[in-house]
Amino acid sequence: MKLSIPEEEIIGLGNFGCQGCGAVLAMRYALKALGRNTIITLPACCWSVIDGPFPHSLVNVSLFHTAFETAAPAASGIRAGLEVKGKKANVVAWAGDGATYDIGFGAISGVAERNEDIIYVCYDNEAYMNTGNQRSSATPFKAVTTTTPINSPKENHKKDIVSIMADHQIPYLATASIAYPEDLIEKFKKAKDIKGMRFMLIFCPCPTGWKYSPSLTIKLARLAVQTRIFPLLEVEFGKKWALTKDILRPKPVEEYLKLQGRFKHLKEEDIKEIQHLVDENWERLLEKIKR
Amino acid sequence: MRKVLMGNHALSYGVKLSRAEVIAAYPITPQTEVVELLSEMCASGELKAKFIKVESEHSAMAALIGASFTGARTFTATSSQGLALMHEMLHWAAGARTPIVMGNINRAFGPPWSIWTDQNDSLSQRDTGWMQVYAQNNQEVLDSVIQAYKVAETVELPAMIVLAAFVLSHTSEPVEIPDQEKVDEFLPPYKRKYKIDPEEPHAFGGLTTPDNYFEFRYKIQKAMEKALNEWEKVGEEFGEIFGRRYGLVETYKAEDAKNLIVSSGTIASTARRAVDILREKGEKVGLIRVRVFRPFPGEKISEILSSANKAVVIDRNISFGASGIFYQEIKAAIYNKIKKPKIFGVITGLGGRDVTSKDIVEIYKEVMKMEEPSSEIIWQGVNL
Ligand SMILES: Cc1ncc(C[n+]2csc(CCOP(=O)(O)OP(=O)(O)O)c2C)c(N)n1
Ligand code: SF4
Repeated sequence: MKLSIPEEEIIGLGNFGCQGCGAVLAMRYALKALGRNTIITLPACCWSVIDGPFPHSLVNVSLFHTAFETAAPAASGIRAGLEVKGKKANVVAWAGDGATYDIGFGAISGVAERNEDIIYVCYDNEAYMNTGNQRSSATPFKAVTTTTPINSPKENHKKDIVSIMADHQIPYLATASIAYPEDLIEKFKKAKDIKGMRFMLIFCPCPTGWKYSPSLTIKLARLAVQTRIFPLLEVEFGKKWALTKDILRPKPVEEYLKLQGRFKHLKEEDIKEIQHLVDENWERLLEKIKR
Repeated sequence: MRKVLMGNHALSYGVKLSRAEVIAAYPITPQTEVVELLSEMCASGELKAKFIKVESEHSAMAALIGASFTGARTFTATSSQGLALMHEMLHWAAGARTPIVMGNINRAFGPPWSIWTDQNDSLSQRDTGWMQVYAQNNQEVLDSVIQAYKVAETVELPAMIVLAAFVLSHTSEPVEIPDQEKVDEFLPPYKRKYKIDPEEPHAFGGLTTPDNYFEFRYKIQKAMEKALNEWEKVGEEFGEIFGRRYGLVETYKAEDAKNLIVSSGTIASTARRAVDILREKGEKVGLIRVRVFRPFPGEKISEILSSANKAVVIDRNISFGASGIFYQEIKAAIYNKIKKPKIFGVITGLGGRDVTSKDIVEIYKEVMKMEEPSSEIIWQGVNL
């Protein structure tokens, strides 16, 4: 049988993630595209557990654990070190949404502004999962987390990290989803050959935090795209915006929301409001693509 | 070659001579000149190093830890709030066993804002696993950078060269700049044992259970203990090649002294003058300058103090709710010794308040009037 993605498995078997963890698949696919000549910096996040305790490591490439807000600068230091030592490798910062949207944001912005030659990957599970599912600025509107409990769900919108990073005018930025591995791998392959700062955002459902059956991970990741909640796109130099998967007949957001415990409390008008938001965001996106 | 250099530039020259390969830094007064000169050196090609112009001190240290892990020799410099912002990464650097060398220009913390000197910034990093050297003049600043790389790379721990804001950082003095060839001979290129290398993948720093973590910490302590010897050895070796010897502590007229003044940094060099004045008046007094504060040369200090009646420790720092930090450390070091002096802890010069040799003479005289310390802190020069 001919596979539509590279056959070689770089990450090992067995890991410390929860059953049905989307973040594990994200790394598996990304490494298929990047290959073994890769060095990863990893801040505090679920992945620092998934990789396994000392002296084990799941990834079979060099991996450097660093402090929560430092994946990007640590990667840029490794890049500088490799340069003076005359070595070549893909240098990848691999971080969760909390590290990216919140605490590490200033440092990522710095690395992007300097256009350092690294690939920054945010695997977005929309909350601080390692510490037990607290809200982050990637948590969607109205979602329940342990710090936005049922009687007071999140009041703020998800931070638009894509636009913010695009405005840094970095050479390449893409979003990807574990439900579309060919698209994801294609984008990583493309990113690999570009010099300078590349930013990749991967949508990674989390059964534990989002409260759904582990068997639904791929389905939810796909529904997020099909409902236009998580558009698959690319941006070059902050100017050239393009959808890599157009969604002509979007599914209603309700289909996506109703499968998850974190949205169980939503009333009809909440769902309407979310639908309205998603429609608005899509319009804004189309405007950027037209420009 | 002799050159008139401010302390900050003495640091830069030390770094250049040590052939640092990756530098990352963020500006803060009074440190800025250090990295300004280094960035000029990098831009002109005089120094073949990558200079990462980061957006914060926290990122500077994170970047250097990454760079050091590839086997590159690394440097940064900072002061005060910048050092405090780095605090998390200072622990990380020591835990990761990266021999980063950093210049810290001792500057007081805010609020209220102050750009002048005291030691609270570096001393609040006491327990991070960084080695700390307190320099007394610009020559020592330059020389210590070169020695620091040698010790740091041998014991695999980071090192901080500490100098007083303005008193050294912006004061120009003639400094002997050693020949590059001689420095190259003294300080060979850095070879990291366990490194990030795409050809040989390893994971570094992963979660450790209580079954392993303890041993990692034990090894840091053992490295610190080894470093005590290394600083002496390297200081001697440096002396043989460059004619300037250095040790963990330095003494002045201590051999026959009945009472000893103990201090660090530039206050210690002022105290030398005070010793001369007091000696002229017939006082049998000497001086101990603590040069290396981490690892702490407690044994060495106790030994010198063993024949003294009284020791006056002058601290330009305070651990609020306790007392001066050098005072605490020295008191702890001599506690179990049979022969030990009465020890008096003086705090002075916070926030850059001038401390003259006359002040030190006064302090000494006052202490000599006391049987016992009147309290854990003897304040000098507070005007309320
Ligand atoms: C300075 C600091 N603050 C807080 C923490 C605690 N902490 C560790 S992981 C984490 C959450 C990580 O969330 P995210 O980046 O979204 O990754 P995820 O766990 O969801 O994979 C937090 C808050 C820390 N390690 N360091
Ligand atoms: S909490 Fe979520 S993201 Fe973390 S390992 Fe479990 S499923 Fe994966």
